[in-house]
Formats: sequence, structure tokens, C-alpha cells
Amino acid sequence: MSIRGAAFIAGAYEHPERVIPNKSVAQVHAEVAAGALADAGLSFADVDAYYCAGDAPGLGPLSMADYLGLRLAQLDSTDTGGSSYLIHVGHAAAAIQAGKCKVALITLAGLPRQTTARQAAARRVITDLAPETAFETPFGTPVHSLYALCAARHMYEFGTTSEQLAEIRVAAAHHAQYNEHAYLREPVTIADVVNSPLVSDPLHRLDCCVVTDGGGAIVVVAPEVARTLNRTCVKVLGQGEAPKHAENGRLDLVSTGAVWSGPAAFAEAGLTPADIDYASIYDSFTITVLMTLEDLGFCDKGKGGRFVTDGTLQAPHGLLPFNTDGGGLCNNHPANRGGMTKIIEAVRQLRAEANPAVQVPDCGLALVHGTGGTLGTRTGSATLILGRQDA
Amino acid sequence: MSTPSLPAPAPDVNPETKPFWDATAEGRLLLPRCRDCRAFIWYPRQFCPACGSLDTEWTQACGRGVIFSFTVTRRGQGDYAKAAPYVLAYVELAEGPRMLTNIVDCDVDAVAIGDPVEVVFHDTGAGSALPRFRPAVTAAHE
Repeated sequence: MSIRGAAFIAGAYEHPERVIPNKSVAQVHAEVAAGALADAGLSFADVDAYYCAGDAPGLGPLSMADYLGLRLAQLDSTDTGGSSYLIHVGHAAAAIQAGKCKVALITLAGLPRQTTARQAAARRVITDLAPETAFETPFGTPVHSLYALCAARHMYEFGTTSEQLAEIRVAAAHHAQYNEHAYLREPVTIADVVNSPLVSDPLHRLDCCVVTDGGGAIVVVAPEVARTLNRTCVKVLGQGEAPKHAENGRLDLVSTGAVWSGPAAFAEAGLTPADIDYASIYDSFTITVLMTLEDLGFCDKGKGGRFVTDGTLQAPHGLLPFNTDGGGLCNNHPANRGGMTKIIEAVRQLRAEANPAVQVPDCGLALVHGTGGTLGTRTGSATLILGRQDA
Repeated sequence: MSTPSLPAPAPDVNPETKPFWDATAEGRLLLPRCRDCRAFIWYPRQFCPACGSLDTEWTQACGRGVIFSFTVTRRGQGDYAKAAPYVLAYVELAEGPRMLTNIVDCDVDAVAIGDPVEVVFHDTGAGSALPRFRPAVTAAHE
């Protein structure tokens, strides 16, 4: 059964800070939860479903359910990296539709900029290392190098250039200048991007997202709850999810799981790429965005470089305004998981609450896409399509 | 085995993968192969992800391939913090699988997608060796 219209996003809150030296991870989860519930006009006592991922401390959702004092009929800690929260929205909508719950809280928080000693202590090894580890890690695999392998192959197969990738950073930075909370607010030129130092050929420093502390939360509610709230809600229209891996060691480096999650979401929503007014596209790296736009069908495979040229992604009047908060590239990529902030900016756009300089006029339909894990090895893709309350 | 200039961190070995790593210490590159569908399996495991069979065997790869993609890492991390610039690459073996590895014994700026390469083994000091690849003088079919 389609989840189109089965649930609404009633609350959304992004933590305003980007460097947080004096708080615990659980505390930041609680702060964003409180912010999202206040935004919805609901309380912790109203919550009967909770979703989190690997950034939540403790065993799955149990520790945070305890910390927050939640009584729950649904709980889930599906973890596909940064895309987890899009999947949580889809799963919450299905649970609401099945009558399992009415008010689902989803939180993300982390402190990657704080001392790594705390992070090391938190690492728990009660199982084997992942079965692929021995055949990857010994060869020196920082994440920027794994994404660079995708960019290199994309350039080889399609002639994509560094200047085309740079257009993506230029658009995000253009938007970030209007966001008072963004980690980086300076506009940049294509030359600035391609002249920034190489981190792993062909990716430059400005092809990479920021590292920030913080987080965000959203509240997904049943239609009968949405009707009672004095708050503009956003309708969930469709959601798809798919892992993409090597399929027995024959890895395709130029496509992501969006080739499956996108069509599934569009089919559920009864929409096509041409219908989308605004897109939040996961932007861990510029190449992530470019490959995703192709896979979702905004342009043909291999034509992403051409597509992002000439202001396509720039709000308010580009063909496909994207990441109008500045994205992970410039605003916020908390806990190295960018999916929550992608959802939150789409909610702002549909509520007409984005910064006026970047608000898409008459924004009625939005797409959110998450790319968790790592392109270059294995990734979790998720696509979420949202509309205004009356969609 | 040649002396590496790159770090050679020891991989985590478990009972399933021990035959693979024991062979690397002897300078042999093994590929698991499914006895049911005949697919070569990568990364090594005693299960066939192509058809779901548990009936696998170890075969010896020819050790030749071509570069499928590569990057010159300018900023290393962990064991590789001081190793940059070094080349991380996917090599497509003659048998089909694309394996993550390093390209060695050459100028990092002289590497290209499509280059023919051959395997070399770098001792980890822990009873295993890392299979890495150097430029081959001739392609696999010659």
C-alpha cells in the first residue's frame, strides 16, 4: 500500500551550533528533540515512536529512549549512514499507516569535532570486524580517496571536469551566505574551488563537505494529529531505499543506489523529476551530487556536468534549486551524517520558511536524497518526496 | 616478496579467510570460485553472492589485470598519515573481479586508467602479505 499522504512532518529543528565543546552527544539529541517537538506544538509525552541511527549512543534506540523518558509502541535504529533519517521517515509513515503509532520522533546528533578519545572509548567490538575490512583498510582508504575513485572513473567515462564539479560548490556557497548559522558563509568562484589543494586526485579541498558538531530532529505524525496542530505540516508522498555495493566484486563506480530508490519514491508519489520544485541532494562531496542528479533522472547518465553548469542549482530561479541552506558543503554536516539537515531544509522550503533570498517561489513539491556509507565501496541510498500540507 | 615503501598493515584474518592470507605469504593470489555457478567471488568469502551457494573452492588467479580507477591520495590517515602521495586503485583482474589495492613501483603521476598491471606481494610481518600491483610490461593476453 502506498504511503502517499499517510503521514505528515509536523516539526523540524536544526541545532544552531556547529562547534559544541561542552555537551554530551545524548544531550544534543535531547536538545534537537525538544526543538522539533516545540516546533510541532507537541510534547515528549505525545511521542509513541522513536527512530535513531548509529550516532545515538548506546544499544540501538534503547539508551536514548531511556534518556528521553519515552514510552514507545515503535522503535527502530535502521542505520545506512547519513541517509538513515530519510528511511526513518518512510518507515514511520508505514507504521503510522498500519496503526502502530501516531507521533514519531527522529533524532540525529554527534560531535565529530570534539576529542577523539571520547569516540574511541565509545567504539564497541562485540562481533567480528566487517567481512570486507581486511580487503580494503590495509590499502589506505580515507573517505576522500574512495569518493575520488568515483570521480576519476566518471571523468574517464564521460569527460566530466573539475570545473563542472566546482559549479556544485559555487551554488551551495552562494546559498550559505544567507544562512547566519552556516559553518562557511563566503561565496566562492570556480577558480577558488579548482585551485584549492588536492586532497585525493581529482578531488580538491572545496569538493569536500564540512565537519561539524550538532544535529537535528523531525516529528512525523498521523493525519488526524496534523489536523489538530497550529503549524503548517508537510505531507509525505513517497520514499524509496536501496543499498548499492559491489555485487560480487564488480563495482560500478559511476552510479549510486538512487537508480533504485529514486524510481521507487517517484512511483509511490505518482510524480516525475519534472514535477520537483526544490531538491535537497546529499552533498558529502561534489561528485556525490553530480552522480545522484543523473541517477534520479534529472538528466541522463553522464550528462551531470553539463546539467549543473550555468546556474541550474541556484535559488531562487535556477532550473533545480538545491541545498538552499548551504548544504553539507558549506552549512552543516553534523556527525558526518547529512540526511537530517537535507530533510529539514526541504521542510523549510515547503513551509515557505527558507531564507527569503533563497526561497523557491510557490514551492509545492520537494525531493530529498541521502547517500550514506561510502561511494567507492558500499552505500545506502534513500529518496524521500514531500509536498505541502494540501498536496 | 619485495620490500615496500608503503606501510603494509596486517589485515584481520579469520577462519573463513585464512586460506587466502596464508597463500599471500607464499606469493599466491587466490580467488574463491563457486562450484555451482562458476562465478569468481570477490571479496573472498566462502559463500557465493551471485547464486547463494555455500559450495566454494579456492583457485589461483593469474595475477594480471588493468587499472579500472585510481586516485593519488595527497592526504593520508592512520597508518598512511605520512605515506602520501600514494596510489589507491581498483584493479580489474583478468578473471573479472575489481579489487581495491595500491599501484606501486612507478611514478604516481604516470598512472592511467586502462594500464596493464601485475601483482606483487608486500609482507605485513604477521604471516600475510598485501597483494599490490605494478605496471606490467605486456598486457595479460600477450
